[in-house]
Amino acid sequence: MTDHHATTDAALAASQAPLLRIEAVEKKFGGFKAVDGLSLDIKAGEFFALLGPSGCGKTTLLRMLAGFETPDRGRILLDGEDVASVLPHRRPVNMMFQNYALFPHLTVKANIAFGLKRAGLKRAEVKARIAEMLALVRLEGLAHRRPDQLSGGQQQRVALARALALRPKLLLLDEPLAALDKKLRESTQRELIELQRRLGTTFVIVTHDQDEAMTVADRIGVMSAGRLEQVAAPRQLYEAPASRWVAEFVGDVNILDGTVAEQDPHRLTVTTQDAATLSVAPPRQKVDINSAVSVAIRPEKIRLSRRGPVADAAAGLNRRDGVVSDLSYLGGLTSYTVKLDAGATLRATLANVARVEVDDFSRGQHVVAWFSPDDCVVLPR
Amino acid sequence: MGRVRLSRFNIASLAFGLAFLYLPIVILVIYSFNGSRLVTVWGGWSTRWYAEFFNDQAMLAAAWMSFRVALASATAATVIGTLAAVALARGGHFRGRTLFSGMLYAPLVMPEVITGLSLLLLFVALNAERGFWTVTIAHTTLTMCFVAVVVQSRLGALDRSLEEAAMDLGCTPLRAFVAVTLPLIAPAIAAGWMLAFTLSLDDLVIASFTTGPGSATLPIRIYSEVRLGVKPEINAICTLIIAAVTLLIIVASLASKLSNARADSAAPM
Repeated sequence: MTDHHATTDAALAASQAPLLRIEAVEKKFGGFKAVDGLSLDIKAGEFFALLGPSGCGKTTLLRMLAGFETPDRGRILLDGEDVASVLPHRRPVNMMFQNYALFPHLTVKANIAFGLKRAGLKRAEVKARIAEMLALVRLEGLAHRRPDQLSGGQQQRVALARALALRPKLLLLDEPLAALDKKLRESTQRELIELQRRLGTTFVIVTHDQDEAMTVADRIGVMSAGRLEQVAAPRQLYEAPASRWVAEFVGDVNILDGTVAEQDPHRLTVTTQDAATLSVAPPRQKVDINSAVSVAIRPEKIRLSRRGPVADAAAGLNRRDGVVSDLSYLGGLTSYTVKLDAGATLRATLANVARVEVDDFSRGQHVVAWFSPDDCVVLPR
Repeated sequence: MGRVRLSRFNIASLAFGLAFLYLPIVILVIYSFNGSRLVTVWGGWSTRWYAEFFNDQAMLAAAWMSFRVALASATAATVIGTLAAVALARGGHFRGRTLFSGMLYAPLVMPEVITGLSLLLLFVALNAERGFWTVTIAHTTLTMCFVAVVVQSRLGALDRSLEEAAMDLGCTPLRAFVAVTLPLIAPAIAAGWMLAFTLSLDDLVIASFTTGPGSATLPIRIYSEVRLGVKPEINAICTLIIAAVTLLIIVASLASKLSNARADSAAPM
């Protein structure tokens, strides 16, 4: 093999190697395992979200990436180099803090310049970089303000500009939008996505807000009790959750417990305790007859009608009779709670596609709930 | 903010409260300009007691001694007290933290007689010559805990993530402390220094235990004069001290206003 080939191979290997590799990292606080043997690869240029309830260890993991905590066990490889015990100021990683942590005694300009001066950039470079960052977050006119003279949204932008000023390989964002109101949060999410695409910097965001994670991230890692439950693209996470916990944490879901009764290549028959026999799509991994499973079905995948589908269309569908026990009108959607005659309670959401709904249901009304076997997800119990 | 209407009761209680606090001081100031030799008899306006004070070499020496002790002990107490506060607020749960904090704050509640006596025994045991240095050390011991309390409460209110942000942006922990924490706790440190300074200035008990012959502080000197009968000169001295303290406070508040204004205006690159 010639040298030329060797270099292209090395370059290829480098491009395929993840920017960040977390290997069996463990962190204990006293007797409590905040992060429990977690492994994860994040590719360069990715927008990755760590999603989980509070106390699941996602912030601890982020703080280990920034260097504020040292793992008890495991390795953190950044560009192939173990940085697990490298101090924060020596890492090519910057963090945007939840409360922004802007220096209150410094102006916007001085806040952004803070890291640049430490890095020993020349005055002209610092000046140019500040101008660039202010333009990037559209705060040109506010360079001489102090943080307490800015709105929450503006403070958030300064924090972002300050963290990006050093052009980190990896930007960590700790609940960056939690303090903003809903409307501002949504527009800021779009700006974050655009910014990340433009810069190509790898972003790792920590959030407990699944809408936020799904909006901004290419991939989401769902964390629970210090472990990763599933790492997947938003759509896969929602439509093909790996566990009952993920199915319940991400979005609304109806869970019906049962046992596998029959199995053929296309259909699985599950006998449930309170919704009779369901026909569902077989999961990717084989399940044994008589094994206990949970069937998960999303509320928007359940249709309701007064009389049920016509016979042809209904072939192979699951249909159940029931009574509307509760409903809430949410604007774009109406959420119905249906008590099945078999005993189970199902939640179904219907889009309000017309101003005057011909086919809405009232409390106490008899309805037929029906859903396709392909919309059911079988999960081990 | 809406204007609050004061009722008659409010005004009366305010007047009473202020009178209770300040009337004695006002009387003291007025009587410092008394021409009479007797403190309680008004003998017309005069500044003779001020002149008397500036000719009283022993009193001037005591004032100068007090000033030097206050300056030195306040500065030492501020440095040590700030370091102790940082250790308590930022050191995490190190071994013996509770003991350390208890020992640090003990002088706050310790009767001064005990502090003074035990220091005296120590200095005697060490065979140290009692004077400026022993009083300074004793006052540092007394005032350090006040500085630590003031600085620690400010540090506790300060967001830790500010220091972390500084480290994240390339500062070593020490550098982060100097560049971010220190400017933010500076007002508390200054307040601690001023507190220590005034505490040292008016301390009588500890100073009388730890000082030696020929190096009396102003409170000791005044006290010994008063035992022989109050001269109006004492009033003059007290008025001067009040004036000095007032001036110090005005300067301090102006300085803090000025530094805020400076930060407000465009910071040059």
